[in-house]
Amino acid sequence: MSRPAFRITAAFAREVDLLAALSSVREHGAEVLEVYGPYPLSRADALLGKRPTRLPWICFMLAIAGAAFKIWFQVWTSSVDWRLNVGGKPWNSLPAFVPVTFEVMVLVAGLGALLAFLARRRLIPGRRPKLPVAGITDDVFAALVRVEGSGESVPRALKLLEQQGALHLSWLEEGDFR
Amino acid sequence: MAEPLLLRDELNDVRERSLERITDDLCRNVESRAGLSWWLAFGVSALVAGAGLLAVIYQLRTGIGTWGLNKSVSWGFAITNFVFWIGIGHAGTFISAILYLLGQRWRVAISRSAEAGTLLAVCCAAIFPLIHLGRPWLAFWMAPYPNFRGPLWINFRSPLVWDFFAIGTYFSISVAFFYLGLLPDLATVRDRDGSGLWKRVLGWASLGWDGSQSTWHRWQTLYLLLAGLATALVISVHTIVSWDFAVSILPGWHSTIFPPYFVTGAIFSGLAMVVTLVLVARVALDLEAYVTLRHIELMSKVVLFCSCFIGLVYLVEMFHALYSGDPYEMRVLQNRLTGPMQIPFGIMVACNVLLPQILWLPGARRRTWVVLPIVLLINVGMWFERFTIVTGSLERDFLPSNWMGYTPTLIELVTLAGSFGLFFCGFLIFCRLFPVIPISETKAALLEGYDVEPAGELEA
Repeated sequence: MSRPAFRITAAFAREVDLLAALSSVREHGAEVLEVYGPYPLSRADALLGKRPTRLPWICFMLAIAGAAFKIWFQVWTSSVDWRLNVGGKPWNSLPAFVPVTFEVMVLVAGLGALLAFLARRRLIPGRRPKLPVAGITDDVFAALVRVEGSGESVPRALKLLEQQGALHLSWLEEGDFR
Repeated sequence: MAEPLLLRDELNDVRERSLERITDDLCRNVESRAGLSWWLAFGVSALVAGAGLLAVIYQLRTGIGTWGLNKSVSWGFAITNFVFWIGIGHAGTFISAILYLLGQRWRVAISRSAEAGTLLAVCCAAIFPLIHLGRPWLAFWMAPYPNFRGPLWINFRSPLVWDFFAIGTYFSISVAFFYLGLLPDLATVRDRDGSGLWKRVLGWASLGWDGSQSTWHRWQTLYLLLAGLATALVISVHTIVSWDFAVSILPGWHSTIFPPYFVTGAIFSGLAMVVTLVLVARVALDLEAYVTLRHIELMSKVVLFCSCFIGLVYLVEMFHALYSGDPYEMRVLQNRLTGPMQIPFGIMVACNVLLPQILWLPGARRRTWVVLPIVLLINVGMWFERFTIVTGSLERDFLPSNWMGYTPTLIELVTLAGSFGLFFCGFLIFCRLFPVIPISETKAALLEGYDVEPAGELEA
């Protein structure tokens, strides 16, 4: 049997309180699972152990794919499938194909990266989000903290969070989630 | 520690406001009912747009013979208006993308209005080539799809096809950028008290945004990526529009300076339009605490820079004509200085280069009643610049027996007015439907790092 674990939801009125509280509970062995706020809390990334996202790579790959497809398509349509003499220009006018290739590259990379983002975060029209506390999109900063062990550790973490000015605290044993 | 924000000194009262107060202030336009002044403005715009619509229906039924075009001047008002509106559409992405990449946080106050302006302006622009087709219902022939006409593919060597792709991409990426920036704010509106159909639509469109850092973290990266792509697009789209002209061999069009000339002109006119919209919206929507005189001053500086750059381009163009020794190029210059293009050319130089020099005075930049007429006249000047370029070269080509004048007809004038009506209708509707100032970005810009111990103490 693994040791029992608890998940604490703590809400704060200020970004600074949230970050200070998370630093102190982390020092006492708690794990910060997620942070919520009305604007990006970039300084919480270190607490969460966030790695850089792979979106730039996805975007780059899509850009290459889009550009490659469009070059092939223009060459194929203009010089293979149906040749049309336009002012005596060569069938394969590669320099003239650059602008459209560029535009399609940007289009595929941009829209593809957006779709990848929506898919990765399961952002679907009409979905109802599970907000840990109300007001996160307005003026509340919240965190989900995981504390292992029984006895001392949970009350200690709760006390630390409260000392930093938590407006709201609630906890659940981990098994209750599943 | 976040960089000191430019606006802090002036926004003491906003800084003291709680986050909740900022949310309340910036959501008010979505949740309140429109006042009398809004309905008046909307009514006038809708009337003008309606007149434009009637003119479009008339010219579609009758044919584009209703325009003042002739054998030599085959591009008149429609293409002038098209280039003008595409230019207006460049400011949104300039402000949102380029200023974002340059770390200019003051852009927050105006970015969403500018982006909405972009989308509307591109729609207004697209109308003109569409009706210029004469048979707009065949516009889908522009798309390269396997068809029963061969399959005969489109000519990818043509600048007009490049244009179709450039503007299509620009519009799509601008919509993506606008929507991505709007996403957190839609969630904010969703989570507020109250009900109503529109609120439910916004909630549906908020895609279940939960404000978690896992989402924010990727959102920020994606925003940066789209900003980078959009920056490349701003440059490329108007470059390609300028190639519509520069790739031909007409004197006055066939010039290598056209891409930077058009791109700067586009940003210039677009910014002037954004300043116009923002000057009105900040008073009308009671957002003077968020769009301050300091913002107006900063935008005026960018306008002044663009004006000087445009002036330089005009000079370089004249120098080219004189230095080239090419009689046709010199003839174009003469045409503008003393010939039939004298008046449009004079208006464009006066409005675009001479008048904005007033903005060198710090006092002028902070006075809305000085800035507003200047930016309005810049748009007049920029329209005349495009008119000079488009018709000036066409009405005096290589063969003097081809020389013909061009006078727009009433139909063309009403169509132009109608496009303005459509633009302002769209903007007024935008002002009621969405938060005009990005809520989450404003909070981050004003409060992130405020009242915080040095970052070192917070790092784990």
